[in-house]
Order: sequence, then C-alpha cells, then structure tokens
Amino acid sequence: MNSYSAKTMEHFQNPRNLGKVKGANGIGKVGNLVCGDIMWLYIRVQDQRIEEIGVETFGCVAALATSSVVTELAKGKTISQALKIDKDQVIKVLGSLPPIKIHCSLLAIDALSEAIYDYFKKTKQPVPQKLKAAHRRILQEKKLLEQKFGTI
Amino acid sequence: MVKKRQVYLDYAATTPVDPLVMKAMRPFFDKDFGNSMSLHRWGQSAKKALEASRQTVADFIGAEKEEIVFTASASESNNLALKGVAWANKAKGRHILISPIEHSCVQQSAQWLKQQGWLVEELTVNQYGLVDPQQVKQKLRAETILVSVIYASNEIGTIQPIKAIAEVCQAKKVYCHTDASQACGQISLNVKDVGVDLLTASSHKIYGPKGAAILYIKDGVKIEPLIHGGGHEAGRRAATVNLPAIVGLAQAVKLADGLRIKDSRRIAKLRDYLIQGILSRIPHSYLNGHPKQRLPNNVHFRFDFIEGEALVFALDQQGIAASTGSACSSAELKPSKTLLAIGLKPEQTHGSLRLSLGRRTTKKELDYVLQALPEVVTKLRKASPFK
Repeated sequence: MNSYSAKTMEHFQNPRNLGKVKGANGIGKVGNLVCGDIMWLYIRVQDQRIEEIGVETFGCVAALATSSVVTELAKGKTISQALKIDKDQVIKVLGSLPPIKIHCSLLAIDALSEAIYDYFKKTKQPVPQKLKAAHRRILQEKKLLEQKFGTI
Repeated sequence: MVKKRQVYLDYAATTPVDPLVMKAMRPFFDKDFGNSMSLHRWGQSAKKALEASRQTVADFIGAEKEEIVFTASASESNNLALKGVAWANKAKGRHILISPIEHSCVQQSAQWLKQQGWLVEELTVNQYGLVDPQQVKQKLRAETILVSVIYASNEIGTIQPIKAIAEVCQAKKVYCHTDASQACGQISLNVKDVGVDLLTASSHKIYGPKGAAILYIKDGVKIEPLIHGGGHEAGRRAATVNLPAIVGLAQAVKLADGLRIKDSRRIAKLRDYLIQGILSRIPHSYLNGHPKQRLPNNVHFRFDFIEGEALVFALDQQGIAASTGSACSSAELKPSKTLLAIGLKPEQTHGSLRLSLGRRTTKKELDYVLQALPEVVTKLRKASPFK
C-alpha cells in the first residue's frame, strides 16, 4: 500500500514502550529538530539489566517505528546484550525500511547507546571504551548538524 | 473513534475524472482514433475535434484559439514557458524573475537555465506568501525577459495579485508567465483581463484526465519549442496529439465553466468550516497562507510537536487522504521551499498538513475529519518529547 512494510506500519500504529520511565537512571537524547527527528530514550537499569525502557519520538513513520523496535529489542536485556543491537537487527524486525529512511534506525540505536552511556555516568561506573567512542561520534555528528542548521 | 470512512482531501494533487468527461473521451480511443495530421477523413475528424477542444479552452480563459498550445502536463507547459521564452529572447537579455514559491517544475526549469548561463533571480514573499508587485517593478532590468509567478500556491493556496504583477511587466515590455494549474477552474480567470503573456493550466486538476495541459501563449510572444518534429501545434510542440485526453480536458473545462461560481462558493464555505473547526479543536495549530486571499479548496496547517509524514500516514490509516510539505516526506529530505519562504523556521515546517477540498467533498466528510484529526494529532503528540 505504501513504501513502508506492514510491520513498520504496525509499530507506527502501536508503538511499544511509549513515554517516560519512572525512576529512569539513564536518558539518551539524540537527533536534531531542524532535520526532523528527535528521540529521547529512557532506561531503568537494575543489576546490569534493562528492567524498564521508554521512548519519546518526534519524527516520521520510520523514526517512530524504529524507536519502538529498539525498545522492544532492548527490554529485559543485559547492558552488554543491548549494546550489540545494530541497524540490521532493527531492519530485520521491520522486514524492510526505505533506503532513504535507514538513518532513522541508526538514530534509535544511538538513543539507546546514549541512554546506557548516561547510566554509566550517573552511577559513576567506568564507561566501556566502545561506548565512549560512540558517545564521541554522536556528539560530533550533533555538532556538525548544529553548525549546518543551528542549535535548537 | 467513530466509524471509519474514506475521505479524499487531496484534490490539489489530482481529481477524479468526471463521468461526463470519460463519456466525451471514449469515442476517441477507437471510433475516432485518427491522427489529426492525416489528410483522410479519419484524420480530418480528429482534427475537427482537436480544434473544437482548442476553441472551448480558449473561450474559457478569454484567449484566441491560436494562442492555445496543448501539452502533456503542466510541468511540460511550465518548462516550455521558461525555457522556450529564454531561448527565443536571448538577444534581448538573460534575466529571469521567479517567485520563491513556484512549483518545482518552474524552480527546476529556472535552475537549469541558470546552469546554462541565464541570470535567475528570486522575489520574496510576505508571511502569507504574497508577492509584492512593487518589488517586481524594482527588480526589472533592461535585460529582463520573463517574470514567472504562480497564480495560486499549490501548497498554501495563496492567490497572487497577478494582474498588478502583469501590469508592471507590461509597462517594461517584459513577458509575464503564470502557472495557474491550481487556480484554473476554481477562480474566474481571463487572460485578457489579467494581462499575462503566458499561462499554464492542467486537465487533471479540474476533473479531466491526466496527460493533457495547456500553455496559453499570447499572440506575438517569441518562444522556441522544446519538442521539434512534425509541425504540430503550429510548430510550438511536435508530437501526435493525445486527442482523448485533450477532448477530456475540453469537456472538463465546459463543466468547470458551468459549475465554477456555485461550486467555488460552496467549497469555500466548507473550507472555512474546516479551518475554524481545526483551529478550535486543536491547540498549537496555525493556518498557513492568506486567510482570505486563498483558493476556495485549500486548507493548510502547521501543528507544533509532530511531524507531517507521520501525520499523513496516520490519517491514511483513518481513511483520510492528505498531503504534507514535510522534509521527511520529500525525496531529498528537504523542507518545503514555500514554507521557508513565508518565514517559517525549518523546524516549524515539519508539522505541515494540506487538506484540499473538491467537488465531491461534503460537510459530513469534514465532520469526520474534525473528529479523526484531533485524535491523530493527540496520539502523535503523546509519542513526542515536546508537548
């Protein structure tokens, strides 16, 4: 019917884990309002496991669906399992994603990565090298976007 | 949620073909299938129908029959107007003025000319999307050959002061073109009265078939064809004519001529009903375009905190057809140029929604929309980090 898969439309219609999380101990905020995608992802981690997860998304169908899928994939997982979620996994759940919208799945994964980074920081735990590198890359990309479009 | 309905509110994208138009077209697929350039009776019969169609269209816009060129689309007509005038008038100059809210086919034609060495300058518009004729006057140079301003915006529906713009052009002997694809059939339009030199109009926006459009070229305007060949359309557009579509266009014009005033009044009333309904039911909603000087069928909104592509798909799930100028919906992921031109910030362009009404629109349909739309907006806002 449209360029989105049935599964994408299903997640769009019934987003999982919508909204803030009570007692969240990690929050990841990614995206740029000028570009039109913003995701705020909340996690509550206990014993290295993501007990609760929630997301708020401003964006298109793909942004809403991918953020829903990422929360579904990450819920109940250990931190190290959650950090292994990649875009191919998200796209596999959705069946397919229009090529022009692939960046939305990356953004959702970045939101999760940032929430976990924030959790490590907040709980004063040493941040794994890989997560630090991801955080630096996300900040760098954000900076580039802001230079291009301005701060919101 | 009330019972789901099918509500088409994208008449600005395209309209259904009127049954009477289909009926008029039908014989030209088989019985009267001749080539209008052939000398035999089949050809002559086709030619007769072609010229009768031309007369109908000419009468509708107050032109002479010889001033009408049939093309395959409004995009083609606009390409012909810009490139054709540019090529034929190189000796006079290479300066072209366009508005910043043109349809992409005018924008892209101008852009292409720019790459070929023409000087293309953009006018500005105010917050309602209006071009100021005085600004046109100030920007005209000795080497200006063409000014092209869209009659009514395909996005926000604002109707331009084309007559005043054409007057300014005429005083300086500069050609004035207007893309009236959205305006033609909805508002009274007479080329002699308006004073433009070239005008584009399309069939599928007025309940005719796709594949037919016109370019009005005032007698004496110098223009080069885009398509060279067998001398059709008095040498201005080669190619065997698409007679069924042209006959359909002429029939659509006849129907529009009969209906226009009554129809436009009814639709404008419905438009205002929808606008008021949305404003009163949805907080943080803003009407784009001119509140009064707008197409009878155009409703264009901006909603804070949500994104337009998601909104269009969510409405589609409720059976409602709409459109958006959101960046996420465009092939290049760029925000609508029209919305930027009226002064919206890029982040304000995301939540835009166009609802365009038509001949078949009923109040009942709008009542359904006024129920479904607030629910959809609320749902998307619930998912949004901003609220």
